[in-house]
Parts: sequence; C-alpha cells; structure tokens
Amino acid sequence: MPALAGKELRIVGFLCNWCSYGGADTAGVGRFSQPTDLRIIRVPCSGRINPLFVAKTLLSGADGVLVSGCHPRDCHYAEGNFYARRRLEVFKRFLPTMGIDPDRFDYTWVSASEGQRWQKVVTTFTEQIHKLGPAPRFGFAHEQNPATAAAC
Amino acid sequence: MTILTQLKEQITAQLPKLDMVIGWEQGYDALHATPLFMRAAEDVERLQVGPLSVHNTATYLTGLRNKKVGLVVKGCDSRAVVQLQQEGLIDRENVVVFGFPCDGVADLTKVRRLIGDIGRVEEVEATSTELRLRVDGREEQVAMSDVLADKCRRCQYPNALVHDHFAGKPREPHATSDDYSDVQEFESQSLETRFEHWKSEMSRCIRCYACRNACPMCVCRDHCIAQSRDPHWVTQDDMVREKWMFQVIHAMHLAGRCVECGECQRACPVDIPILALKRKMNKEIKEVFNYDAGVDPQAIPPLLSFQVEEENINERGW
Ligand code: SF4
Ligand code: SF4
Ligand code: SF4
Repeated sequence: MPALAGKELRIVGFLCNWCSYGGADTAGVGRFSQPTDLRIIRVPCSGRINPLFVAKTLLSGADGVLVSGCHPRDCHYAEGNFYARRRLEVFKRFLPTMGIDPDRFDYTWVSASEGQRWQKVVTTFTEQIHKLGPAPRFGFAHEQNPATAAAC
Repeated sequence: MTILTQLKEQITAQLPKLDMVIGWEQGYDALHATPLFMRAAEDVERLQVGPLSVHNTATYLTGLRNKKVGLVVKGCDSRAVVQLQQEGLIDRENVVVFGFPCDGVADLTKVRRLIGDIGRVEEVEATSTELRLRVDGREEQVAMSDVLADKCRRCQYPNALVHDHFAGKPREPHATSDDYSDVQEFESQSLETRFEHWKSEMSRCIRCYACRNACPMCVCRDHCIAQSRDPHWVTQDDMVREKWMFQVIHAMHLAGRCVECGECQRACPVDIPILALKRKMNKEIKEVFNYDAGVDPQAIPPLLSFQVEEENINERGW
C-alpha cells in the first residue's frame, strides 16, 4: 500500500554512517518504540549531505526531511559536520521564500550510543511533520503543462 | 574631459600589454548595448559607457583565465571580480580593471513595460534624468527614475571596489544600506501563495539557461549538474519540478557568493523574477555570517569555512 494511503507521511532521513546511523541502530537494538514514517538513507558523513539532496527530496514529494550527523567536535572526519552545519542552516532559512515550511526540514546531531536521544528526535520530528500534514505537491505532469497533456 | 574620453585614453595606453579589454558598445539598435572586445586601438572608438552598459563584464573572466584581460567595470561588476579572486578562480595579476563612477543602469524590461514593444530604436539620448528614444520617427521619453534597475536603487558600491585605473571622480553611493524589504514583503504572504507563485513563474521557464550563462559566478560551464547525466540531478522533462530544482541549485551554488549584479534575471528571456531567490539567500548570509559577497578580496566565503562555535546558528536543542 502506498505510504500516502495509510496514516503515514513520507519522511526521509539522511544519517551519517558513524554516529546517527549507529544511534538509530542502538535505538532498534534497545527496542525503543519509534514512529515508522522515516525512511533512512545512510551517507558516509553529514558533510556529504548536499542541501540539494534535501531540496530534491522535498520537491519530489517528501513531507519532511531529517538530517542527523555526529555532534560537533565529534565528527569521524574531524570537520565534516562543521561545514554541514553552515550549509544546512542556510538552506533551512531559504525554504520560506520557496513557500515551503522550514519545519519540514531539520538537522540534528545524535551519537552512536544515544539510542534514547534518537528515539526522541525521530518522534519529535515525526510529530512535527504530522502537525503540518502532507506537503504541497506539483500534481501530475499533464496538470502542469497542457502541451504534455496533449501528448499523453 | 568626459569619463568616456578618459577611459578610452587609459584603455588605449594599456591595450598593447593586454590580449583584450572588455567593455560595451551599441548592439543591434541604439537601446541595446552589447559586450565589446577591444583588441586593437580602433575598437576602443566603439566603447560606450552609461545607463545602457548593463552586462557584467566579469562574466567572461574565468573563460579567459590564461589571457591578460582588461575589464571596464561598474561597481557591481567589480564585486564579481573580487569574489572570483577570493575563490582563486582568476589570477588577479592577469586582470587589469578600469573603473568609473556608475550612475546606475536602465532595466530594459521596465522600459518595455512602460512604452511597449517598440521594435528597433534608432537613437537614444541619455541624460542623468531621462532617456529620450527615437523610434519610427517619433520620440519617446522615459524618466531614468522609472526605469532604473532595482539593484541600482540600493547600490552601496557604485565605484569599482578594486581597480587599476579609474576615470572620473568616485561618486557617493546611491544608498547607505539594504534592508531587504522586498524579501520581507514577499514573505509576508502565506506559504501557499509563495509556493504557487514559484510554481506559476517556473512553469514559464524554457530552460535556456541564459540565467546561468550570464552569471559571473556560475563557473562550471559544461560541467553544470543541470546538464549532467551522471549524476542525473534534473531530468530533461519540462515539468515545473525540474525547472524549479534548477533555480534551487543556482541559488544554493551562489550562497555566500552572489554579488547581486542581477544578470541572471536580466538575461531571462521570459522575465522570471529569479533574483528574488538570490536576494533571500543573501539576506540570510548577511544575518548569519554578517557577510557581503565580493567586497573584501581577503575574506573567505562563509560556506567555504566554519567556526567551531557558530555565533548565530542556534542548533535546536531537541
Ligand atoms: S548596482 Fe551600482 S554599480 Fe551596479 S549598475 Fe547599479 S548603480 Fe551601477
Ligand atoms: S546569481 Fe544572479 S545576481 Fe547573483 S552573481 Fe549570479 S547573475 Fe549576479
Ligand atoms: S533564463 Fe529564464 S527561461 Fe532561461 S533557464 Fe533561466 S529562468 Fe528559465
């Protein structure tokens, strides 16, 4: 069943390999209950997360995007998350001008041992997205462009 | 001596040492200027400067990196030179900058909106307060204040910020600060209205990428991710989503680098107000990093650096 038909919303999480993915794993091993809306994409470092990943995800129909990396000063690669922090902050502030609620995107830091913190983060974020409801969408190609419709 | 004569003299004196000097000349009609590449002394005769010298001459710099290039610049063009220098994208010693005090340029979209699509303009007389056009034998007049580009109203740097030669006397800035009230006004509308605004504006985009090609800071050229299939960031579809995604790419790639020369919007053949996206980005960059692109040749662009403790980033305590 497509996610939208049920009660779930589409939330995509980009988690860094060294901390947050481990943190989510710890939460799983600890059997902490979590909402199931989040689909996780594992990346090598939060510094790998181009804000355009988030843009593409939101414009492609996600209702929310969460990025999580190692805590500042704790990055596996020493400074990846420092760069990430600047880029992601700027991108989050850019969203309102596009007409996208900045609450649909958040970034945070969770370490591999913080299973409980992960549970809190994912629950809080999911609630936040549910409060906002489904994101504005583009509709189908033929709704957007009459020329394409004629060709259909 | 007028500024133009002085510029011509300076250029003529330097030209033998340079591969070319870039400025402006009359284009296909009297209203439209076009970039001028001066290689020989007689080319210098065709130079024009004034309210129609709209193109940002710095756009060509990265493509001419191995040449010795002279550049006639307005204040905003010089900011692009500074920014390119900061990022190591040009070798400053290969560039000779000719500055002059800029009174502002005309926005030809505004001219068209005011007097209609007038076809081929035979003659333009530009004074400091108005443009007098002769077209089909009749005369049209527009006040400069009605057609001045928006960027010029808020311009704080009308004189070249870096220059090797300067013609005329530096002028007072047109404005002392920029309050980004246009961004605030746009954001006073509901999120839905804003989303619909861009959806409808972007639906008109023909994906010609003139906005990108005109941008002095868009330096990837043939490697732009908008045209790459590996990775395949945007598809060839003509859907709004792909066009909008491209504008987000441009805005994000210009974050902390855009000098607000407005070339992207000026070059757009269908008048999509895309400068608004970059203005927004610059407003945030200013707020978070207190940074203006292209002002200080020694500065490091904010997204190419970091601080361990960021002053203005409040990492939401979950
Ligand atoms: S922004 Fe300033 S320097 Fe640029 S064209 Fe306008 S007045 Fe001239
Ligand atoms: S994004 Fe537009 S305004 Fe900014 S530098 Fe490029 S062309 Fe100029
Ligand atoms: S110049 Fe205008 S029409 Fe062309 S790609 Fe850019 S926004 Fe689209």
